[in-house]
Amino acid sequence: MELRPILSAMLRNKVGALLIGVQMAITLAILCNGLFIIEQRVILSHRPTGADEANVFVIPNQWVGSPPDLAARQQTDLAALRALPGVVDAFATNSYLLSNGGSSGGVFLTSDQKESSAQTAFYFADEHGLNSLGLRLVAGRNFNSDEVLDRNGNNDLTPASAAIITRALAEKLFPGKSALGQSLFTKPENNTIPIVGVVDRLQVPWVGTWSEKFNDYSIIEPFRYINPYVFYIVHTQPGQLPAVVKSAEKKLFETNRSRVLEKIVSLTDARDDAYKDDRGLAVILGVVCAALVAVTAFGIVGLTSYWVAQRRRQIGIRRALGATRNGIVRYFQTENFLIAAAGALLGIALAVSANLWMVSTFEMQRLHVSYPIIGAVVVLLLGQAAVLWPALKAASIPPALATRA
Amino acid sequence: MFNYYLGLALRSLRRNVVLTVLMIAAIGVGIGASMTMLTVFRAMGDDPIPNKSRQLFAVQIQNWEPRRGGSGGAGGSPDNLQEQISYTDAMAFMNMRAARRQTAMYATGAALTPSNPDLRPFQVHTRAAFADFFPMFSVPFLYGAPWTAADDEGRSDVVVIARDLNDKVFAGANPVGKTINLDGRDFRVVGVIDRWEPIPKFYDLNNDMYGKAEQAFVPFNRAIESQMASWGNNNCRGDVGAGWDGHLHSECVWFQFWVELPTAADAEHYRMVLNNYAAEQQRSGRFHWPPNTKLHDVREWLNYQHVVSNEVRILVVVSFSFLLVCLLNAMGLMLAKIMGRAGDIGVRRALGANRGAIFSQCLIEAAVIGFAGGLLGLALTMLGLVGLRSLLSEEVTRLTHFSLADVAIAVSISVIATILAGLYPTWRAAQVQPAWQLKAQ
Repeated sequence: MELRPILSAMLRNKVGALLIGVQMAITLAILCNGLFIIEQRVILSHRPTGADEANVFVIPNQWVGSPPDLAARQQTDLAALRALPGVVDAFATNSYLLSNGGSSGGVFLTSDQKESSAQTAFYFADEHGLNSLGLRLVAGRNFNSDEVLDRNGNNDLTPASAAIITRALAEKLFPGKSALGQSLFTKPENNTIPIVGVVDRLQVPWVGTWSEKFNDYSIIEPFRYINPYVFYIVHTQPGQLPAVVKSAEKKLFETNRSRVLEKIVSLTDARDDAYKDDRGLAVILGVVCAALVAVTAFGIVGLTSYWVAQRRRQIGIRRALGATRNGIVRYFQTENFLIAAAGALLGIALAVSANLWMVSTFEMQRLHVSYPIIGAVVVLLLGQAAVLWPALKAASIPPALATRA
Repeated sequence: MFNYYLGLALRSLRRNVVLTVLMIAAIGVGIGASMTMLTVFRAMGDDPIPNKSRQLFAVQIQNWEPRRGGSGGAGGSPDNLQEQISYTDAMAFMNMRAARRQTAMYATGAALTPSNPDLRPFQVHTRAAFADFFPMFSVPFLYGAPWTAADDEGRSDVVVIARDLNDKVFAGANPVGKTINLDGRDFRVVGVIDRWEPIPKFYDLNNDMYGKAEQAFVPFNRAIESQMASWGNNNCRGDVGAGWDGHLHSECVWFQFWVELPTAADAEHYRMVLNNYAAEQQRSGRFHWPPNTKLHDVREWLNYQHVVSNEVRILVVVSFSFLLVCLLNAMGLMLAKIMGRAGDIGVRRALGANRGAIFSQCLIEAAVIGFAGGLLGLALTMLGLVGLRSLLSEEVTRLTHFSLADVAIAVSISVIATILAGLYPTWRAAQVQPAWQLKAQ
């Protein structure tokens, strides 16, 4: 195919070609950044927490006032919950997964260390904790009941007697060796805590950008959390969750009426809630990307159709001089390919700079190289698909047209 | 003349329906997408207290040792300032009385036990604050009034409740003088707040910034003495003593502090007072770093605290780039359409229409397209907002209503943008040589 006549025809129609090219470039830039964000958010919203989410629910329990027998009441409640049919296990804690609320602090390896070795989240649990969340212990052991101490509210500085940490935290603190037998130092308790177990995974309770850097760094401390406001975590047998939610609420009010049970949530609901904006963003971007592709495609169809109409006479003459139908179709295809290729180059530059801007402004990740390449291919194919119909129309112009007028 | 040109424009648009529909659709979709996001963006960044936002200031002071980078932790801010302050500083600022009005405050909560024993206790989000809170933030009262400075001093068991809570507990009747029971303690109701929903909840952005305002307000000193626990964000560094008192006198930050400074001179003076205080803390050995304090007025505070979520920012950028694509598209189609009518324009020129007349005719045609696109865009915006509300969390979409101002913005953006996009095609139309066109016929 001879490119010269195509280029010189395009030069006579600079603005039209430029409009299509720029449009394709911006389309490519939005498309690959949009798809990249969608992928990131989808991955994020499916990130496992480590718990048996489908069968775990949370009861926020608030006592009226600060009754002196909190510890006894809590043991009564937990015994009642554990005895309910369909319940695997239950415990009381200070914070739960995907709740966006909890306790965080730095951990140290030695007492004289100034900067912490890692930022972590603290969960309190008795010996029922692992079983109630359905966590997978990969090394060491669960807490013994004699290790579990009372922690009276947030201002109690009773030091923990042992700790179970996540595998990610173990690898961060003790790279290349076993965390078992090692110990941690926490402030403000100023206490050394032996590590007795490692769980495969336990996400921190937050899901925002704030906690992104320490998302998997959790520590479980052997405490009975004695506080007017605690969370009961209940693990049910598969499929029993809805029934147990009802019976648990009823049972707790039977045991003691002087309490407030805020909305009971399953971890599945908590996940939907926590990642709602991420999924929403993905859906909206998906819709915008689809609309964008449609608008660009229709724009190409419209403008190319106009060019065909404008060049009816020339096309007729070319046909009369021996150009085949295929030749005419190929002419418009090549023309579109040249514009789209230029647009794609510009688009890749735009896409990368838009991404760099978002990296610095929104703390987003770098665009993977495959995205601009895929985007360029999509834009080229889109151009070819859109140009096909006007090109076929052009090819159907009869050579006899040249003799008229 | 305008009417004649309008008639011409409508006739011309009818002549090539497909192209016209494509252009209007492109502009409509672009306007719909960008307006949907702009509405959310505007609602989020709205000034929650327009008549006083320049006189109310959030106070910050550096009470933590500066972080020497490299730690893997979170929470370190580049200016070394915490968003909240410690009890020690909150009390010192209250005692300075250096502003016209001032209040320390924190988020807490309680269980309210109804007097009717058949009803279950329920949770009440509560705010502990000083009496100045209410006049400072122009809080409207339905019944009664705020408590007094004497109540603050005397740690009185008084409470101001919100209208919703009053409806629930007292069936909306005037409750002043009656009591409610919070966590086993009777509080005398002194006032009921009328509808008051600052969005975002600017006075405490650390805790549920798009949440509802609290349902009950109690005197700060009462709450501290009753050891009402913080229900909000609480950050600690350094040594913390055991128990409530240990926590209170630590460097943990969990209080918000606001001052009202009516003039620039007042603000200047307050800055000086704050710095003197910090310098004194340095001299006394509590701070091992030079004074670092800051005042932010309401708008600056919203910015500082990033109230507009990244999701919304990204979507605003994407939607306006989308609008740009739609306009380029419409521009190309307009160009095609106008050049397709070169012959027509040639005849008009030959019959005496000057370039200006052709230019106006085509521009009016563009404006008509823009107007139609704007109307379509409005409809799509309504649809978009409904979709957004179902897709995004309540915190993000709360109160994203569509106002008359938004309608005006949508239509004007659409018309202006389309006219801008139409300038080049129109200019090309005006360049048409009558002789050349007539010859070709």
